[in-house]
Amino acid sequence: MTAVAEQPLIQLRNITKVYGEGRLAFQALKGVDLDIAQGDFVAIMGPSGSGKSTAMNTLGCLDRPTTGEYLFKGAHVESLTRDERALLRRQFFGFVFQGFHLLARTTALENVELPLLYRGEPKAQRHAAARKALAAVGLSGWEDHTPAELSGGQQQRVAIARAIVTEPVVLLADEPTGNLDSQRSNEIMELLWRLNAELGITVLMVTHEPDMAQYARRIVRFVDGLLDSDHPNPAPVVLAREQAQAATAAAEAH
Amino acid sequence: MFLSSILLALRSIRRNLLRSFLTILGIVIGVSAVITMVTLGNGATLAVQNQISGLGTNLLQIRPGQRMGPGSGGAPTFKDTYVDAIAQQIGGIYAVAAEGRATATVVAGGRNWSSSVIGSTNEWLKTGNWQLATGREFTAEEIRAGAAVCIIGATVKRELFGNADPMGELMRVKEFSCEIIGVLASKGQGAFGNDQDDMVLVPLNTLQRRITGSKRIGTLLVSMADGSEPERVKASLRQLLRELRKLSPADEDNFNILDTKQLADTLSGTTQVMTMLLGAVAGVSLLVGGIGIMNIMLVSVTERTREIGLRLAIGALEREVLLQFLIEAVVLAALGGLIGIALATLASVVLAGVMGVPYVFNVSVNLLSFVFSAGIGVVFGYFPARRAARLDPIEALRHE
Repeated sequence: MTAVAEQPLIQLRNITKVYGEGRLAFQALKGVDLDIAQGDFVAIMGPSGSGKSTAMNTLGCLDRPTTGEYLFKGAHVESLTRDERALLRRQFFGFVFQGFHLLARTTALENVELPLLYRGEPKAQRHAAARKALAAVGLSGWEDHTPAELSGGQQQRVAIARAIVTEPVVLLADEPTGNLDSQRSNEIMELLWRLNAELGITVLMVTHEPDMAQYARRIVRFVDGLLDSDHPNPAPVVLAREQAQAATAAAEAH
Repeated sequence: MFLSSILLALRSIRRNLLRSFLTILGIVIGVSAVITMVTLGNGATLAVQNQISGLGTNLLQIRPGQRMGPGSGGAPTFKDTYVDAIAQQIGGIYAVAAEGRATATVVAGGRNWSSSVIGSTNEWLKTGNWQLATGREFTAEEIRAGAAVCIIGATVKRELFGNADPMGELMRVKEFSCEIIGVLASKGQGAFGNDQDDMVLVPLNTLQRRITGSKRIGTLLVSMADGSEPERVKASLRQLLRELRKLSPADEDNFNILDTKQLADTLSGTTQVMTMLLGAVAGVSLLVGGIGIMNIMLVSVTERTREIGLRLAIGALEREVLLQFLIEAVVLAALGGLIGIALATLASVVLAGVMGVPYVFNVSVNLLSFVFSAGIGVVFGYFPARRAARLDPIEALRHE
């Protein structure tokens, strides 16, 4: 179940992040050490202002740490230029945002194939990959619909399809269920679980909802710019349910 | 990278059809208004210049009376001796001719036509820049004797003879018949909308003896040589005429000298002012169109900033985003400019036809208004995007 790599996929070493300068400076991260193994599913929790979003942006190479080291697959990321980080994101990362951020008046298919356009893939491959990604999130047949014609849950699934269309190593989700009701939220979490369990994508998710965090294999908590707690989740929701079903089936079989 | 940027730019245009349309519209209105106005204004100036130069270059018209225009106001008419005096005593002159006019019905081949009959000499052809289409000028003998010969204008030839050759035919003018010895090349409409080709030229003596029955000379035409100074020629002409007409220093001139060049300058100066005025008004519409473009572009900045943040987050390079937005702006601006030019050309040709002025394609105006409005489109489409593309992706995504 847990892939044992020779070294963790992601290593954060004493990461700090300061916004602003002088007296207005605000230290969002105050020295964070965190290792994330390939194939993990990590929920990042914490109150607002605890630094969890900053940590997420740093992990996703959207932002540079002020000090500290960030190793991705053993390579230093903290010193990369803007363009180098963009190429890294293009290659290895997929992003899902709370606000979906789909292009308006643009079909689901075109939204999903956008990252592939920046990779310069030919049209046929782009379309095939985008259809596959939409199918993976259960949106086959919705390719030609624009965001305005889709429900919130469907929009978030299009956003997830866009994030996974490049077959990323890491999927980062910033409050992916923040704008959804509980039923849609659970659907999205089931989807993230499947992507993690079946495709082996490492999932990092920021959430402030404990129910959603229970889907993850590991829960880390930030408080006041520092890592407060970090423990594996003994019973991820889907896994627990499947085990319970298996146990019931076994009991009935006897 | 370039191809995908083109694709992205075209998609963006398609996805924001209304915004794209309004941007193009702003450019189209600005460009076409300026081009049409200036082209028509220039056409009008040219028309005036053409008409006046049709009177003859460097031509002075001398008439009896103090005021310009017809009617001598009782002042004595000219004598044909003036012509020789002017030709001999005044330098810088290319040709001088005395002119008498009458209106008469001319008849030939069973058709008649009312035309003006002009009595003068071969010099008259020089003063008016007339060319013979066919035939010959008068001989000295014909002029001296007042022979029954005539040279006809293109309109008279058309009305009386159609496509037939009039050379050597007899044409009746009032009470006598004259032999047609030449046909003039057409000069078209004159400065005051008159048909210059509607005339018959006969020797001055012929006109005086057989048509008007008087020795009156209504007009002296003096054509100045190239490079002569008009003011000097006019001054010496005035001096000479005062002497010939025996005016004492206390008397006012009982003749007037009209300089067609001066008239041309005045009139074309007026139409040039009109052109500038029209151009200025159109320039305002170009400016308003430009402000419209700025407005549309700036309003869409919020949406675009978020879009740019997203593109950056999913791995687009800053230069890829910029290239896309630059292509988008250039395509819209160029499209608008080209439609504007096409529309302006159409409007100019049609309106020039209606107004009866020549259409001349003005390269600099087309280029200038195209560059100006396209520049606005590019600048205001591109620079907000550039600002957004330099933000951190996260900052751009959160843009309110």
